[in-house]
Amino acid sequence: MERFRCCHSHDFAIEKERYKEEGLETQTSEDQKNVEESISHYFKYFAVRSHAEKESFDLPSLKRDQHLLFLKKGLQHLSNSYECLDASRSWLCYWILHSLELLDEHVSNDEITLISQFLKRCQCSSGGFGGGPGQYAHLATTYAAVNALCILGTEDAFKVINREKLYSFLMRMKNGDGSFRMHEGGEVDVRGAYCAASVARLTNIVTPELFDCTPEWITSCQTYEGGFGGYPGLEAHGGYSFCGLAALVILGHGKLCNVEKLLRWTVNRQMRYEGGFQGRTNKLVDGCYSFWQGGALPLIHMVLAQEHNDNLSSEKWMFDQDALQEYLLLCCQYAGGGLIDKPGKARDYYHTCYCLSGLAIAQHFAGGKIAHLNVLGDPRNELKPTHPVFNIGIEAATHATLYFEKLPVPSSP
Amino acid sequence: MHYRRILLKELKKDLKEELKYITDMILSHPKNYQVWHHRQVIVDWLRDPANELEFTAKILKKDAKNYHCWQYRQWVLREFGLWDQELAYIDTLLKEDLRNNSAWNQRYFVVSNTTGFTEQVVNQEVEYTQEFIKKAPNNESAWNYLKGVLMDFELHKYPGLLDFCQQLYDERYRSPYLIACMIDTYEEMLEQNCGEQREVLEKAVSLCRSLAEEYDTIRSEYWNFLSRILSSKYGSENAVQTSS
Repeated sequence: MERFRCCHSHDFAIEKERYKEEGLETQTSEDQKNVEESISHYFKYFAVRSHAEKESFDLPSLKRDQHLLFLKKGLQHLSNSYECLDASRSWLCYWILHSLELLDEHVSNDEITLISQFLKRCQCSSGGFGGGPGQYAHLATTYAAVNALCILGTEDAFKVINREKLYSFLMRMKNGDGSFRMHEGGEVDVRGAYCAASVARLTNIVTPELFDCTPEWITSCQTYEGGFGGYPGLEAHGGYSFCGLAALVILGHGKLCNVEKLLRWTVNRQMRYEGGFQGRTNKLVDGCYSFWQGGALPLIHMVLAQEHNDNLSSEKWMFDQDALQEYLLLCCQYAGGGLIDKPGKARDYYHTCYCLSGLAIAQHFAGGKIAHLNVLGDPRNELKPTHPVFNIGIEAATHATLYFEKLPVPSSP
Repeated sequence: MHYRRILLKELKKDLKEELKYITDMILSHPKNYQVWHHRQVIVDWLRDPANELEFTAKILKKDAKNYHCWQYRQWVLREFGLWDQELAYIDTLLKEDLRNNSAWNQRYFVVSNTTGFTEQVVNQEVEYTQEFIKKAPNNESAWNYLKGVLMDFELHKYPGLLDFCQQLYDERYRSPYLIACMIDTYEEMLEQNCGEQREVLEKAVSLCRSLAEEYDTIRSEYWNFLSRILSSKYGSENAVQTSS
């Protein structure tokens, strides 16, 4: 239990990490204190039990069976409350399939065929994927569909993707300044650049023309704080920051941004009391940033390795991997299955996917050829590792890359 | 929404009516991407931003950190050049909640799009920010803004900055952002070969260690990394030995 910060009860070490309001209450500090209060109950409950039950106390576990039940249910039937996500059905496929793959759960051949066929119907005749059949193509749902198909990993699934049409869709979304629109007539932000770079790299349709000026545009979204905003001028934010950095890494331009400032900003997003990550400075912890922020650290490590290799750790990422696992295991598991933002919030597939992805990052270190496993709690909590650039399983990413590598890069029409 | 806009144009619908419709939609779904983009296109077609700052202020009153709302507000400011009152507006927000990072970010946005960070503006902004830091030295937003404002300046040459930090430090404040600012200043001095190198390095390394071991333990991996970088870059064998 030594590795659980909340169990260091002899000196209440964790209590000194509580928010310092400095006699000046504002909305931000009030919200923060409320969250810490609700989390402290989970920490205390756990500490007291582990102390009282001693040897008979089971190490904290990932509620695998419950999560699987929740995920499998979503694959077949969704409750009415998901009606609002009708335009995100390809996202639901990705969130569920990726969660299942991290949990090392087998998906039957029949299910693979059904899902591939469904995603095929989401593909638009002019390229790209919509959120559901008959919907407009959108870069985010295209990213989700391509990732889902790569996780399915059969030749039939790969063949669903019309690469020539996908290429022309991406070219149509591209703006002169290097940025991408999310859809025809839609908004421009850094998600677009990441989604485009990710699907293009996975399916081997990258051309110099497709990403001309894109690294420079992405870099213009880096703020004075060090993280990236969604668009030049906007506040640094975990989701966009991941997108910006991952896209730069895919395009081979990680060094174009200020990596040292990005590192400082990113590590500062881990909450000293909760152990999880916040999305922006002075905002609240949220389980999904376990991946958006936590997942950026392997990428930063990769970029820094080009220069500072001797000073980088060969065992750990530059965040507290135990503290993050502690937060996810103790505070983010919904009793009936599925993972959540923070205690008191409802479960959903988005948070389940990104909490698990973050947990996988915290468990697996891999620097160059060195791998180091760091599983907190029950050893059976171990997940499959995720690829920090695409956020699909390492094996799925390798398999898809090998398949698409053999196909020719489409030329511009 | 894209389809809706095509219809609006084809059917020559009254765009003022559409603005009312999207106002209601935003009020009930303030965190949706499409509704804000739709408003942007409609206001762009109307070329009339008369109510937009008031409308976004109303949304921010309820949720001061709504990202979509700030994004839209930035577009309105830039598109129609409505900069006049923005710093005053931000000032009221910061007085209500000095930890509102979106407001600090907006301040940076306004200054960089209007006067720019000239020497005079930087002096004003540093002074403004230091007042907020003194009120709550653990407020990361203010420290980040301070460092942002001084981005193109040399921290160690900026008059009074190190003294400002040292004074807080001597008053027993151990805010990690304060200590980080001191480390960054020392790092610059090392880079430019200012001061007694060995002494400066020792100070920087020992501050890193105090963060890693006491004041910011959750980031110990990071502070130890920074400490190793500094020692390997600027330490002679001798200096490293005495500091470890």
